[in-house]
Amino acid sequence: MTVQPEGTVSVGRADPPGNSGTPDIPANPGTAEAAGAPVLSVRGLRKVYPLGGRTERVAVADVSFEVARGEFVCVVGPSGAGKTTLLRCMSGLLTPTAGQALVEGQPLRRVPAQVGVVFQDYGRSLYPWLTVNRNVALPLKVRGMDRADRAERIADVLASVGLHDVGRRYPWQLSGGMQQRVAIARTLAYRPALLFMDEPFASVDAQTRFDLEDLILRVRERFAVTVVFVTHDIDEAVYLADRVVVLSGSPSTVREVVPVPLPAARDQRGTRALPEFLALRRRLLELVTSR
Amino acid sequence: MGDPTPAAGPAVLAGGRHPATAVPAPSGPPGPSGRAGAGRAVLAGCRRVVAAAGWLWFAIALVAVWWFASADSTSAYFPPLRTIVHRLYELWIVGDAKSQLAPSLEHFAAGYGIAGAGGIALGALLWGVRPLRESTSPLLYFCYVLPAPALLPAVITLFGIDTTMKVAIISFAAVWPTLLNTVDGMRGVDPVKLDTARALGLSPLRTAGSVVLPAALPQIVAGLRNSLQVAIILMVVSEMTASTSGIGYFILTAQQSLAITDMWTGIIVLAVLGSALNLVFVAAERFVLAWHYGARAAEGKRS
Repeated sequence: MTVQPEGTVSVGRADPPGNSGTPDIPANPGTAEAAGAPVLSVRGLRKVYPLGGRTERVAVADVSFEVARGEFVCVVGPSGAGKTTLLRCMSGLLTPTAGQALVEGQPLRRVPAQVGVVFQDYGRSLYPWLTVNRNVALPLKVRGMDRADRAERIADVLASVGLHDVGRRYPWQLSGGMQQRVAIARTLAYRPALLFMDEPFASVDAQTRFDLEDLILRVRERFAVTVVFVTHDIDEAVYLADRVVVLSGSPSTVREVVPVPLPAARDQRGTRALPEFLALRRRLLELVTSR
Repeated sequence: MGDPTPAAGPAVLAGGRHPATAVPAPSGPPGPSGRAGAGRAVLAGCRRVVAAAGWLWFAIALVAVWWFASADSTSAYFPPLRTIVHRLYELWIVGDAKSQLAPSLEHFAAGYGIAGAGGIALGALLWGVRPLRESTSPLLYFCYVLPAPALLPAVITLFGIDTTMKVAIISFAAVWPTLLNTVDGMRGVDPVKLDTARALGLSPLRTAGSVVLPAALPQIVAGLRNSLQVAIILMVVSEMTASTSGIGYFILTAQQSLAITDMWTGIIVLAVLGSALNLVFVAAERFVLAWHYGARAAEGKRS
């Protein structure tokens, strides 16, 4: 089951009413493509895990969709639908069995320099032997940024995720919500054009989760980053996304791509009470739970 | 408790995880981390003194029992502790027996240094080059289970009885725990940490140095601690077998010339030396792995 291309490409930049969140940023220097060209393009992606012998497990059967520059796309699906596998294939962490994912038109051989990934388990993703500052500095060092610029960039990016005076502490000295903020800051520090998030708020409490959702919307606006956000939480998907890609159960295919025509400025109490929100939520729930 | 790596990596050798991979548990609560309040630090300090008294009293009681039970001893083999202590003072504090310590410590330091550095380097190499690891794995296990003192005659034949021989046998015997723990620890690194490294754009070499090595460090240190014990044992054994100096030589010649009291002083000095080396090791471990104990304590509090 594939998605009709016209349904995907067109929604991108032009469609949503007053989606002021991401002003039309000048196309990245170096990419001569038009601003409308997809940042991420997933084509017939399939991933099969061998289980030894002749048995195998099809985690992702056939997934195709596109994400335009500046979009916020959520991927939802029932648990065990291969969402994490799909994300790993799209970000270049895993090689698909068939089909491909293109980032800015380029096929992936590894995680491209302009791609960032935020993992669900911040406790395992942050390096406990490094202070917060050094964790955030790591990708900057890799990219050859000098010491003074690094210090400035680190302070700036930590402030942008609402962290102050924690640079010299270790991640494990912080609360779960703060740790995930550090992980987000570490990824944003090198200004990725495309950000993948794998159920990033699944292991924090409800209040923190709301805070982090609003944080990621602010961050998206400030850094003009395209976001692909995997979640099993339908409310979260509707609240955050411009479009929602609904996966079927395992082995996953794209069941439907649902645009979210909510006003761009969202707030937890107001947006979640809108009749449109509730209607979308009901529709997505039907899609996710139907067989 | 005691296993530093939550994800138990696949055993490096066909024989499964060997006993050397067990990590000694920290004997007390980890030190107050970073910016803990001064009051809390003082409290923790007090608690530590009480805890120390808690296990020291037994040792003190044992020494007291030895002291009084042996006070009237006329046995040539078990002289009164008072006599031993007196002799220890004569020989090791004011006398020149302490010159025996220098060669022993030199052999130990060189042998243990080579074993530690070589173990980590070779372990990292075996981790990185899979075909090498798989082909050498039976051989490594063979060397690990071989009692090193059995090799002494061969090593003496090869190197004579001077410093080279002792350093060679100490480093050969002590390298295995560190090497095997390094391979095992590096293989057991949490895959999420490796995914993160790739997502952040770290090269394989930088990943090895900045992620795999520190992540495996708790287990590497456990290996180094095992190597330390082996190195001390081999230091003494090599001096007892073929030597003209060193504390092992001192103990053996004292026994052979029926200077039993002197022999006892040598044994006590050796015990003190071993304890001191262990204490230095533990202090260094606390410092280097402060993050590990801190993270583990935080994890325990949360769950």
